[in-house]
Amino acid sequence: MALRYFGAAAAVALTVGMSASPAFAVTEIQWWHAMTGANNDVIVKLATDFNAAQTDYKVIPTYKGNYADTMNAGIAAFRAGNAPHIMQVFEVGTATMMAATGAVKPVYKLMAEAGEKFDPKAYLPAISGYYSTSKGEMLSFPFNSSSTVMWVNLDELKKVGVEIPKTWPETFAAAKKLHDNGHPTCGFSNSWVTWVNLEQLSAWHNVPLSSKANGLDGFDTKLEFNGPLQVKHLEKLVELQKDKTYDYAGRTNTGEGRFTSGECAIYLTSSAFFGNVKAQAKFNFTAAPMPYYPDVKGAPQNSIIGGASLWVMGGKSADEYKGIAKFMTFLSDTDRQIYIHKASGYLPITKAAYAKAKEEGFYKDQPYLETPLLELTNKEPTENSRGLRLGNMVQLRDVWSEEIEQALAGKKTAKQALDAAVERGNTMLRQFEKTAVK
Amino acid sequence: MQKQAIFQSKLLPYALVAPQLAIVLIFFYWPAAQAVIQSFLLQDAFGLSTSFVWFDNYLDLFSDAAYFEAIVRTFFFSFAIAVSSLSVALLLAIMADKPMRGGSLYRTLLIWPYAVAPPVVGVLWIFMLHPSLGVLSRYLREAGIDWNPLLDGNQAATLIILAAAWKQISYNFLFFLAGLASIPKSVFEAAAIDGARPMRRFWTVTFPLLSPTIFFLLVVNIVYAFFDTFGIIDTMTRGGPGTSTVTLVYKVYSDGLLGGNLGSSAAQSVILMVMVIVLTGIQFRFVERKVTY
Repeated sequence: MALRYFGAAAAVALTVGMSASPAFAVTEIQWWHAMTGANNDVIVKLATDFNAAQTDYKVIPTYKGNYADTMNAGIAAFRAGNAPHIMQVFEVGTATMMAATGAVKPVYKLMAEAGEKFDPKAYLPAISGYYSTSKGEMLSFPFNSSSTVMWVNLDELKKVGVEIPKTWPETFAAAKKLHDNGHPTCGFSNSWVTWVNLEQLSAWHNVPLSSKANGLDGFDTKLEFNGPLQVKHLEKLVELQKDKTYDYAGRTNTGEGRFTSGECAIYLTSSAFFGNVKAQAKFNFTAAPMPYYPDVKGAPQNSIIGGASLWVMGGKSADEYKGIAKFMTFLSDTDRQIYIHKASGYLPITKAAYAKAKEEGFYKDQPYLETPLLELTNKEPTENSRGLRLGNMVQLRDVWSEEIEQALAGKKTAKQALDAAVERGNTMLRQFEKTAVK
Repeated sequence: MQKQAIFQSKLLPYALVAPQLAIVLIFFYWPAAQAVIQSFLLQDAFGLSTSFVWFDNYLDLFSDAAYFEAIVRTFFFSFAIAVSSLSVALLLAIMADKPMRGGSLYRTLLIWPYAVAPPVVGVLWIFMLHPSLGVLSRYLREAGIDWNPLLDGNQAATLIILAAAWKQISYNFLFFLAGLASIPKSVFEAAAIDGARPMRRFWTVTFPLLSPTIFFLLVVNIVYAFFDTFGIIDTMTRGGPGTSTVTLVYKVYSDGLLGGNLGSSAAQSVILMVMVIVLTGIQFRFVERKVTY
């Protein structure tokens, strides 16, 4: 009986296997990614559409865990000689990937060798700049991009009678009012503590996070974020933490539920938080630009992106590269970019897609979806606001968070904490420089 | 009776142990050897550039104050976890050992938590004690305690110890129950007739007779706290706040996988390996020799 079932199952498996193996030689392109939920559906749809649009190549997307897991899986696979063709790597992994000359195939080279039409100027510079060399050669293909915005619970702000704050002093005042009127545990808060309070803060005020254009111009970069602006900002947070006018919500985005639940009425985090806000918030909300300090000259500058890009791995055949190049062209298509933008809340990466979304009136009823784009394009990026390229960035962020936590807990002063964060970070950067391929 | 088996062929015994040997070699010695080799190398994450640096990775570690802090912290965690889970388990085992109605159900329920994977334990405790989501944290706040393990290192450490100890209670409970069952009832009866009260009977009869079990469990618990708490730490605190919950194993992970510093990570693994070898050695020397079953 059992055996008969087994036989039947095997027969079914065999026929399925046979029908899946195509009659023609189709070149398979493995795509490892880190998207879950609705964004995973977007990835699957993109691959399915591409596979349906032509018959020579087949893109196979595989979910490999969160960003760090996906990157580690890709690195391990490369060491074992089985790297995927395309790997989605978060923005903070950029320096690590870039340093791996030979392990990756720069996108600009890929497109040129495959003879695909490719104009790097078609992409929004605030986005493509993060993934390009200082000469403007695009190394990886921007896929999902976001930026930091300030999510605001409009109902609660109205209740306490404050406008959406524009500057940091206004934000602190609004938070104080919220704290004293019904939000005793959280006036305002943020996710990704270092991204918001060090990386974006520095770019937004046109001060360096690190020397050599934040690492874009070389691995011998030194951290410099223990300057007066960053220290002043952290001092303020420490002061407000005491009565929870500001309340720390952890290193990553695990505290975001505090906004959607209504506990924190002002919350700075990624614009990609949109999907969850829309699904869960039972109040009127919007996303405002990040606050700035009005006494800093020229502020606000422009924000930098978060998110991930697609890296093409090295050591594949010319035919495979041709397929990958075609897939990148396919992704750059204006309508497809608009689809990704609408379905995922991530930003369009081409100028044409942004213009078309605007033309269609997409931002009329959802102005908050344009906020990150306005921040990114606020001014021509300077060397302090083009992007970051620091090795070991994942662990760097952990080390910075550790020091910020010490300051918030009152164990160190803001200045001591940032000095220590810079010093410990520099040690790690030198370690990275030692191992990076020359 | 002759204990030795006699094989006709000289090769047969080797052939019979070969599968077992192969498993041990491939899955234990091979990776361990790799770790030792890696610990002498300086290499980027992709393995594209490699240089042999002798003991630099070890020297860097021993000149790093953070590493010593992690060692001290790990030992503190291990003892706190071992002592708390052992004492609670012993108490529960003694209570469960008494004849009572529904005793087997009670015993079964106490064993359940052992089946829960460490990361799940972490998530469960987060639900109870997360500063803004947690059920228990609300009561703590109402009781006037400023419960915020996101910023208070001692509270975060307490949280990890609680969760890790809780998971290990079942395992200890099981062994204590077996240990208690193996103590002859006549010894208790004799002590009772001599007029020893329950507390005295516990300290003079039960505890000494259980001591081999306790010692065995102590070693097992310390090894557990050294290694298996990784999942709990990773889901609950990721080493924070500050570095107050970074243990040796967490540091191996964070330096190797998050930091891409494989050489240092390998050197740390080798040091951990030595520690476990020592612990196991102690266990063999003292436990196996003293106890005759």
